[in-house]
Formats: sequence, C-alpha cells, structure tokens
Amino acid sequence: MKLTDLPDSRGHFGPYGGIFVAETLMAALEELRAEYDRARADPAFMAEFEYELKHYVGRPSPVYHAKRLSEAYGGAQIYLKREDLNHTGAHKINNTIGQALLARRMGKQRVIAETGAGQHGVATATVAARYGMECVVYMGAEDVTRQAPNVFRMKLLGATVVPVSSGSKTLKDALNEAMRDWVTNVETTFYILGTAAGPHPYPMLVRDFQCVIGREAIQQMPELTGRQPDAVVACVGGGSNAIGIFHPYIPYEGVRLIGVEAGGLGIASGKHAAPLNAGSPGVLHGFRSYLMQDENGQITETHSVSAGLDYPGVGPEHSYLKDAGRAEYVPVNDDEALAAFSDLCRLEGIIPALESSHAVAYAKQLAPTMKKDQIILVNLSGRGDKDINTVAKVAGIEL
Amino acid sequence: MSRIGPTFAALKAQNRKALIPFITAGDPGKGMTVPLMHMLVEAGVDIIELGVPFSDPMADGPVIQRASERALANRIGLRDVLAMTAEFRKLNTSTPVVLMGYANPIERMGYETFAEAASAAGVDGVLTVDIPPEESAGVADLFKAHGLDPIFLLSPTTPESRIEQVAAVAGGFIYYVSLKGVTGSANLDTDEVAQKLAMVRKHCSLPVGVGFGIRDAATAEAVARIADAVVVGSRIVGEIESAAEGTCLERVKHLVEELRRGVDAGSR
Repeated sequence: MKLTDLPDSRGHFGPYGGIFVAETLMAALEELRAEYDRARADPAFMAEFEYELKHYVGRPSPVYHAKRLSEAYGGAQIYLKREDLNHTGAHKINNTIGQALLARRMGKQRVIAETGAGQHGVATATVAARYGMECVVYMGAEDVTRQAPNVFRMKLLGATVVPVSSGSKTLKDALNEAMRDWVTNVETTFYILGTAAGPHPYPMLVRDFQCVIGREAIQQMPELTGRQPDAVVACVGGGSNAIGIFHPYIPYEGVRLIGVEAGGLGIASGKHAAPLNAGSPGVLHGFRSYLMQDENGQITETHSVSAGLDYPGVGPEHSYLKDAGRAEYVPVNDDEALAAFSDLCRLEGIIPALESSHAVAYAKQLAPTMKKDQIILVNLSGRGDKDINTVAKVAGIEL
Repeated sequence: MSRIGPTFAALKAQNRKALIPFITAGDPGKGMTVPLMHMLVEAGVDIIELGVPFSDPMADGPVIQRASERALANRIGLRDVLAMTAEFRKLNTSTPVVLMGYANPIERMGYETFAEAASAAGVDGVLTVDIPPEESAGVADLFKAHGLDPIFLLSPTTPESRIEQVAAVAGGFIYYVSLKGVTGSANLDTDEVAQKLAMVRKHCSLPVGVGFGIRDAATAEAVARIADAVVVGSRIVGEIESAAEGTCLERVKHLVEELRRGVDAGSR
C-alpha cells in the first residue's frame, strides 16, 4: 500500500487512527463518513468549496521569499507559505469551510467546536455566521485567559464561548467537553473538529480540506524558483497545517518533510507538548496515536507558550509518517520560538503566530546546515496578532 | 470463569432483576473501595461495576469526572484497581465484578498482560467505553480466552443492523445506555427504552442492563420492569461525593437499599 492511499476504509493508518468512541457516536460517525464520500464525489460540492476558498478566504495564499530572514540565518533560502494571509488569519478556515458545507448538506443547523489558541474557534464562528448556523465553542479556561482577543472575536461573530474548567483547562479538556456536547445533541449538531485528529473520518477529511495548502505550494514553488523545495517545515500540534502541506508532497521523494513539535521548556524538563519526540502510542479522543502519558496510561499535562500546540496527542497520520520514516519530527523550545517570532517581525515585517514561530525557529537551525541555493519552505500557518499579549507578558511588558 | 452468566441465571430462576451499582475505584480514598464493595453486597446488589479512573473521561458527566479526578489525586491506577478486586475476593467469591473504563490504561499495560492480571484478580467482565466492536476484534477474543466477559454498550442511536454485530462479540450482558448524553444526564423515557429493548432482544440472547438516568426507587422500579438489570452510577457517586467524612458507607447503604426495593418492586 502506498503512503498516500491511507487511511483504510475504517480509518487506520497502519496501527494508528481508527474509531475509539462510545457507542452513541458510532452512528453519527458512520453518517458523516458516508456523507463525506458522497460529497467528495460530487462536482457541485467541490466547486462550491473551491469557490469559497477563492472568494471568501482569498486563496491561493502566496509563497513569499523571506530574503532578509534567509540572509540573517545564513544558509538555505527560506520561503514562507502565507496561510497567515487567509481570512481569519490562519489555515484553520480551509477546514471549517469544508466541514460547514458538509454540515449544511446534512441539514445540521448547530455546529460546535473545540479550540486551543482560538484560531479554530474563530474560523468556526466565522463560517457559522457565513452560513447562518448556531455556534458553540468550547475552550479551556486557561486558554480563554491567554487568548482573550480571540474570545472576543468569536463573540463578535455571534458564537457562544464556553470555558472548560475540568482537567488541565486547555485544549484536550475543551475537546472532551465538545465530545460530551456532541454525544448529547448528536442528531441536531455537527462537530467541526479543528485538527487532523479524532475518530475516523475526521483525520482524513480535515487533511483533505487542508491539502489545498500543499497542492498550491507544489504549483507555486516551480513558478518562483524553478523547482520544489529541499525541505518543507511545519509546526505540529494536532497537525492539520502540517499534514495539509506534507500530504501532497509525500510522493516527492527529494523533499524532506519536517514537523516541529512544541518543546516547551525542553524535552528533558518534561514540560513540553512533543508526543512524537517523547511520547508513546495510546488511545485518546477517539483514535490511536503517539501520546504524552504516564506509566498508568493517564494523559499527562502539557506545556507550550503556544496554546495551539499545547495538546498531548497528535494526528494519527503523523504517527504513521514518523514510523514509516517519511517525515521527521523535531522539538523546538519556547525561547527558540519566541526568538524566531521576533526575527520575523523585525526582518520581514510579518508578525507570525507563536505556533508557526516554532517552524520558523527550526528553519533557523536547519538553514545554516544547507547551501545557499537550497530551499526551505516554511508553512506560516497563522498570524500572531492573537499572541501579542502572551509575548508582552513573557517580555515583562504591561500592555 | 466469569460469574456473570451464573448470577443472571440464578436471578432469573427467582424471577428477580439485577441491581448493578457503579463506583469509581479510589474514590473517596484508596482504603474506602473494598469496604464500599462489601457494603454494596450487604445492601443487596448483584454485580459491582468498578470504575477505572482516567484523566480524560469523555463519555462521563461532571459527577463521575470529579470522582475520577479525586481517584487520580489519590494516585490510583489500573494496577491498584486490580489489587482492590483481589482484596475484595478474599472475602467474597460470588459477586461478579466488572471493570468499567477507557482504553488507554489497558492499552498502556498491554491487553495480554491486563487480561491475565484481571483474570487472576477475580475480575469477571470488562467494559471499555471507547472500544466499540469494530476496534475490538482481537481484544474481545483475548478477554474471553481469559474468562473475562467483554461487555458492550448499545445506545438509542444504534441502528438495528449494528445490534447483531455487537451481540456477536459481546459477553456477560448488554449495557443499554438509556439516553443520548453523558453519565449523570437527565430524565429517561421508559417507553422509548422498552421499544428499543424489544429490538435488542430480537438479535441478542444476553441479559440486558439499562443505565443512565436512574436516580431513585421509582426510576429503578420502572427500569426493572423492562430490563434484566438496573445500572446506577452517578447517583451513587454523587452520594459518595456529598457524604461528610465518616458517613459515606452509611449513606451509600441507605441509598442502595432504596434502589433495591425499587428493583424488587419492578421485578414482580
């Protein structure tokens, strides 16, 4: 079986993925799988999706040669895939449009979502407003505090934001709560999952909707540079922006695919969110994948300066690509990400999301090991306006 | 061998329905679980469901979530739950014990290691909320090979076509979730449940227990009229949570005796 043919019909990427949910959700997942099969074979559905991406999101997003950054990092040329320029400021909208169109096909008038940094929450609230749907977003209480601007944006868009105070009060707990809502309201509600994780068919359909990133890049890179990049670098929390750019590149064997996890305060400190680097396989949130867990199989608390990467699991396809050796996964610590954040602000006039800053930070390490005529393509998954409070706080500045 | 089948057979011979309480192992304290189990038997229960605490109990409502958090604060893991079962078995060799929880603690221990250890500890059945039959092909067989009944859920959203599929791998009894939602949710509609149970029984010869939404003698009685077993979780766990120190056993006993009267009234 080819790497690009996965998952199998029951959502497995080798030993990863699958459907690990309570019985009440099984029928809804089967309904979603069947509807998605019909939708993707329906030219009218795909045409509407593409129309929305072009006219509402503003795609294609450009690829930008970050010359001053490349110069400063002293090695390979760094190009940025500018997902930060999308409507709502991140790649998340590609997926929420796809899922909202599915929800509408299925006649569901209420959508729910979980969010960490708030980018997916904003993207969901946006499409709910766009298509006239009721929207409830679950968000960890800690994230509600550190991502206050996004909370207000969601409210402006008409969504209800529910702070979740159980567990570690972050993304994983928001996901638990969204699942609980879905189990209770399964007949009227569509769950717009924000990353390429969760039970089948979510990892597959989120990937498919995000693959527009990689498909565009494959067209754009030869136009700009005459060839494909030597390495594609993307940050990995749940992993939707990374799989969106990696997946179309899988058959391009000369292109290294590098996922960057949140190293937090350092892998050795235990305070990180890097399951592919320091975790082990397990089952959480409806699928099998690498997880951060203790010896009893309890999920351990994660840490990252970036709320969007602060998640103990990772999409199953990344686990598979790691084991298969097709993609590499590396950690980048908070301080390295913050330094790269600052580099991009000052050298290129681009304020990146802290999540995306992790990918830039790895390019900073990688570039000097490469030749000046080599190319790194960084997926700049989101813009950093939402993060200015966090960055100010780290710098000890009162806004 | 699992004690679940013989227990249901004996109840049937007496025209009685089973009462199955759920408690979370390690809640309110590590030393309380085994005394609570013995007290439950004394108060008249037939099978005990012992919850294995998990950090991310997706299918549970706030009451059982908090019980899980208290147990985890007491550092209770799957091995401790097995040790508690073994301790309970020193004085009780007849009441079936079903472990109820999520996949990951078992996944972490390893399915084979767990099956052997659970069997040795005197566990009779295992209900893993987030392993549906589709993902349990090898697991259900492994459990059966170790004398453990793999117990599965059916829900109001389960289509008739799936019931047969679930019945084919299930052992012990079927746990019918009476309503859409998490544990501890509101009111159940017994007429609706009765209709669904008729459909379940068409495809499945195992006894059927009904849980979710049962909170007093009246609801226990109503469910006992239509099901083979009445499962009560959040109501009991809530009683444990609200009991003042030293009154926990007494209050749970009082509650379970009330539920028993309801079940017996519904068995007639």
